[in-house]
Amino acid sequence: MNRLMTWRAPLLSLIILLTVVGVWHALTLPKTAAQTVDSEYAALVGAAAATGQKSTFPTPADFGKKIWQHLNEPFYDRGPNDKGIGIQLGYSIGRVLVGYLLAALVAVPLGFLIGMSPTVYRALDPFIQVLKPISPLAWMPLALFTLKDSAVSAIFVIFICSVWPMLINTAFGVASVRREWLNVARTLEVGSMRTAFRVILPAAAPTIMTGMRISISIAWLVIVAAEMLVGGTGIGYFVWNEWNNLSITNILTAILAIGLVGMLLDLMMAKLTKLVTFPE
Amino acid sequence: MSAFKDPFDAGTALTRGCSCGHHQDEAEHQADLAGQTSDSELLGNRVVEAAVMRALFPEDAMRRRFLNAVGASTAMAAISTFFPLGMAKEAFAQSGNLEKTSLKVGFIPITCATPIIMSQPMGFYARQGLNVDVVKTAGWAVVRDKTLNKEYDAAHMLSPMPIAITLGVGSSPIPYTMPAVENINGQAITLAIKHKDRKDPKSWKGFKFAVPFDYSMHNYLLRYFLAEHGLDPDRDVQIRSVPPPEMVANLRADNIDGFLAPDPVNQRAVYDGVGYIHTLTKDIWAGHPCCAFAASREFVTKMPNTYRALLKAIMEATAFASKQENRKQIAEAIAPANYLNQPVTVVEQVLTGTYADGLGNIKKDPNRIDFDPFPWHSFAIWIMTQMKRWGQLKGDVDYAKVAREVYLATDAMKLMKEVGMKPPTTTSKKFTVMGKEFDPAKPDAYIASFAIKRT
Repeated sequence: MNRLMTWRAPLLSLIILLTVVGVWHALTLPKTAAQTVDSEYAALVGAAAATGQKSTFPTPADFGKKIWQHLNEPFYDRGPNDKGIGIQLGYSIGRVLVGYLLAALVAVPLGFLIGMSPTVYRALDPFIQVLKPISPLAWMPLALFTLKDSAVSAIFVIFICSVWPMLINTAFGVASVRREWLNVARTLEVGSMRTAFRVILPAAAPTIMTGMRISISIAWLVIVAAEMLVGGTGIGYFVWNEWNNLSITNILTAILAIGLVGMLLDLMMAKLTKLVTFPE
Repeated sequence: MSAFKDPFDAGTALTRGCSCGHHQDEAEHQADLAGQTSDSELLGNRVVEAAVMRALFPEDAMRRRFLNAVGASTAMAAISTFFPLGMAKEAFAQSGNLEKTSLKVGFIPITCATPIIMSQPMGFYARQGLNVDVVKTAGWAVVRDKTLNKEYDAAHMLSPMPIAITLGVGSSPIPYTMPAVENINGQAITLAIKHKDRKDPKSWKGFKFAVPFDYSMHNYLLRYFLAEHGLDPDRDVQIRSVPPPEMVANLRADNIDGFLAPDPVNQRAVYDGVGYIHTLTKDIWAGHPCCAFAASREFVTKMPNTYRALLKAIMEATAFASKQENRKQIAEAIAPANYLNQPVTVVEQVLTGTYADGLGNIKKDPNRIDFDPFPWHSFAIWIMTQMKRWGQLKGDVDYAKVAREVYLATDAMKLMKEVGMKPPTTTSKKFTVMGKEFDPAKPDAYIASFAIKRT
């Protein structure tokens, strides 16, 4: 009975997947319309246009074939504007990690200081609240204009968008360490540095990690938008380049890849969060 | 072909027929002359001097009177004081090593960029000893910023952009140059297939149109076309700026009713059964410029040899592309994902001019797109009249001066000659747009003659 219970959820997932693919297949079945133009003209246009229709959404089979093709050759390199999806993902992950780590280096210490002092917290709060909701695409023209380098600009945009959740969560985590623990530390005459690293940091760690987990998801969301704008390399550029070619199958492949990588990054952060969480 | 005559000789004519009278036409005379003169550097100097003199003395008679009065050497000295003739000549000297061999050139994936793109796979850059990466870029604003940032050494731009950048319209003013036009014609008005019975422009009130950029020939041509049909482009229709790759997707989604766009976008709309080609821009203005090869003035002056080699590669590619018989081969070279990322047949239809119009007809128009690198100063002046007409440019402009500084006709002349093309002998010409003549000498009168304008 218990074994049946554990299999129930994956089974349901599989049923949902099959239903979606089935509906997709049914909706995109190629319509067998007669060719409405002479064959000389038909040779010049796409298959759908030859039958007087607009080009259609790809079928699941087309999509499967495309994925297979990309899996067979994920790392090809045919010049600066045409690289395999694996290389593109590599570029994107690289950019995200650099921007994200820089953000962590700034946000965690700064958040720590802000959290320790209620006055600083209140003074900086309005700035953080205004800067936090700004879209990455709004930062981009400003970054390109001032930093004068598109690669640095992309990393800056990741940095600026992923810094806020970490900053706020760190400050909040530090500020809400239990009074009793601090008081105990004080009665035992523990030095302030030691208090910070041995009492406050472990206590605030789960909240800090939650902020870092939110940030990595945001960074991964931002990279696609930033690369679509700046171009050159990365999965965002891949999507843009295939949009250029109106290749829906390639765009779907990229969407799937973006989703999978995003999930992996989130899982990694979830594992790290578990490591620093302790039962009270 | 007066480009190689000594402009400081009062006896030669700079603008008319064969001067010695021994040849049937000027081309023959020049061929003879070039054969006799082994010193190509001297010829280069002549080209520069001739252009300067022509700019200073638009009327040949006046130049002769001036030279007769003061003498050639005095004239040269006098002119050198306010125009650095020596420097301009130096930039053209053949000798000298390339200052930089690895270059980055930005492009937008449209057929207008054909010479820039094809030079890579077809080896025109390599032949000049250059290792050029052509980098696909998402939009014109990004191309502009990346060139201003010096990430790109040179770039594919819309022909009004170097003027706009130099004048500081839409960005901070930076001296920019445009040594070559890439393509002429090659654009079209495409309408959504649902408007196939509304071919009369007068019935287009309320339409939403897309153009690739505010400072584009597309914007000016569409506005001109609409205004000639009595529609006010600011009040009767909506014109928005949409990057070319997004145009077909928007047309398909019914977000726009049509666009005046570069190819392959128009042909791609037909290929996907989304739109039909209403008017080719060559029928609005035959031989209009569209996109351009542009570089900052800093690049031109700091790396004259590299600049020259790069421009020569582009000129050779343009000369190659201007021949109909080469077009199929070019289509195959530039269609792959690394460049345009389009089906070969789409690119081929654009370049050969035998194309499906979207309504079931096959049309043949070999001049649908053509390639002619010469940056006519009168093109620049026309563009500025339209910038003024639609309120992008306010106040007085020294049309001729800006045209001269941005559109580097002299360099083009010299290099066109070298790659075996026939450069024109003047830098300005009259042309007609939708039956109306444009005289580059009277730009303000031209603007005033329009009924619909924002001045």
